Amino acid sequence: MTSQSSATSRSSAAARRQLANMALFMGPATVLLFMFFIAPVVVDVFVAFTDMGRSLRVTEFTTANFERLLTNDSRIGPTMAVTFTYVLLTLGIFNVTFGLLLALTTTALPERSGAFFRAIWLLPRMSPSVVYALLWAWVIGPTDRGLINQVAVGWLGLEPVDLLSNQPMLLIVLANGFIGASMGMIIFTSAIRAIPEHLFHAARVDGAGPLAVIWHITLPALRWPLSFITVYQTLSLLVSFEYIWLITNGGPFYDTMVFALYVYKRAFENGQYAYGAALSLILVAIGIAASLLMWRLLDMKRLLQTPKIEVQ
Amino acid sequence: MARIELEQVAKSWGDVVAVEPTDLVIEDGEFVAILGPSGCGKSTTLFMLAGIYAPTGGEIRFDGHLVNRVEARDRNVGIVFQSYALYPHMTVAKNIRFPLKFKGVPADEAARRVSEAARLVHVEELLDRLPAEMSGGQQQRVALARALVKEPQLLLLDEPLSNLDATLRLTMRAEIRRLQRRLGVTTILVTHDQIEATTMADRVVCMSKGRIEQIGTADDLYQRPNKLFVASFIGAPPINLLDGRAERGTVRVGELTLPASGIEGAVVLGIRPEHLGLSAPGHGLAGRILTVEPLGRETLYEVATPLGSLRVLEAGSERRWREGDASGVTVPDEALLIFDKASERRLETASLALAEAA
Repeated sequence: MTSQSSATSRSSAAARRQLANMALFMGPATVLLFMFFIAPVVVDVFVAFTDMGRSLRVTEFTTANFERLLTNDSRIGPTMAVTFTYVLLTLGIFNVTFGLLLALTTTALPERSGAFFRAIWLLPRMSPSVVYALLWAWVIGPTDRGLINQVAVGWLGLEPVDLLSNQPMLLIVLANGFIGASMGMIIFTSAIRAIPEHLFHAARVDGAGPLAVIWHITLPALRWPLSFITVYQTLSLLVSFEYIWLITNGGPFYDTMVFALYVYKRAFENGQYAYGAALSLILVAIGIAASLLMWRLLDMKRLLQTPKIEVQ
Repeated sequence: MARIELEQVAKSWGDVVAVEPTDLVIEDGEFVAILGPSGCGKSTTLFMLAGIYAPTGGEIRFDGHLVNRVEARDRNVGIVFQSYALYPHMTVAKNIRFPLKFKGVPADEAARRVSEAARLVHVEELLDRLPAEMSGGQQQRVALARALVKEPQLLLLDEPLSNLDATLRLTMRAEIRRLQRRLGVTTILVTHDQIEATTMADRVVCMSKGRIEQIGTADDLYQRPNKLFVASFIGAPPINLLDGRAERGTVRVGELTLPASGIEGAVVLGIRPEHLGLSAPGHGLAGRILTVEPLGRETLYEVATPLGSLRVLEAGSERRWREGDASGVTVPDEALLIFDKASERRLETASLALAEAA
């Protein structure tokens, strides 16, 4: 009788401990996930079905926003095209390729100079967005006071360059790429460092030159970091617009109006909160679709590892 | 196949000297082991031969050709690393084939050589596996196949057996030796394991602190060590070393005075444990058994004597003595090694007659 009751109390103590551990280990992630990822989407869906404007008052529930979105908004197509171009160029040229190039070259340098160059490429990320945008405004100034024109006109004797008016897409890709490259650089650098030194020695003895070593040894080891950076930066570029807003404000005309910026302007500059909410649902849908697609394509399931500490 | 010459070869990183200027000649087809404790410069020497490190001084010659400035990939050297260093994303077949990729070997010949090398080390069943899917012993064989597939003029083995379990080590030892004989490839093995060195190699190069202490056969190093370091590093259980002083025809060790000739000054006596014998009290040195370690085929005793504590190795598993027993320790005088304490060199001319202790 007593032994039976002590057995029950032991098992109930174990159950309590299991519950406490679950709260302890799963709790923070669950709370954050709900507060910052699920709740905003729920609120967004709710607002999208109202007529909420600047007054924040809801007078009726309606599907008018979606009707407008599907039939009566000629901006969606062009802004989507701009977004696609912008994400593809920034990702392809800077965040992945240039980040990789920086990691490969700085890890081949002696440790100190490598760290120095990496630190330089981190600087844009450390400066406040507004300061960074202001620097760009000075660099691209269309008069001969702009830095580019000081060089182009003053030193090289060329015609004055006006990036903002003539090459706005190039401008926002450059401005975002200079910041974005450092993330890939850091991730790739640590991945390259993690490659056992003996593999490089073996490859050299086996006859591989420097480029062959990169191709056969380094790049295969960077498969997962490359996948991760591609997915992560795609999603991040899809929704971020602050530098574009600050540097070109989507212009000239709608040439650099990425979709996220368009949503922002509709919602907050025109005061159409409900319509903005409906538009942003498109971004949510694209983000989820892109993640699932890349998860599949890049076989990222294999990245999942068994836990290092097993909690019961 | 090649004759390898090192002439005053040295390597240092800044102020840190890894290898002092070193001379060594390895004959064509010879199997040489470089033996020493970790940090003695043996792997650095190997990496200089492979072309991974550039020597900071001296000349390395393969068959008389200076190769100091020849890059690793142009030296035609095969190397097996302690960690095997197999390419993790390549199958066994691709790993073995990798060195041929850069030699412009035609596809059908490459395929033939890969399967030949795989058969040589018995991994032909594993060609589609990834390194992570194999045991340490299998990875080791694949690494060996990859080193041999390009028919190197020099095979370098960097502690190739140290990550294997004891039984497998024994098998691989014999197998590598057999392969080397059959292929006749000049081979250099780097190891800290004296058994490995002495069983596999024709000659053993004993290194310490970036310097070659002695080069010789297993017998040379064991029976006639030139230096105190060699005497103490080679042999398990280790040699007994006793500080003594030689003056006017005698050597004084502890409380004992022993007649000796031809030496003066501070000396170190070396006595191998198996050269000492245990006998009834009253014979030889007065001793008391401190510990008894049964080793299977033989038994190791630690015995307190007037000369200090001595290791005595007796053949046979029968334990005649127990801890605390009083016993005599007998020393045959021809088995004594005498070293000059200051120079740590063996004094070959010295002779010492150890009297029966009174």
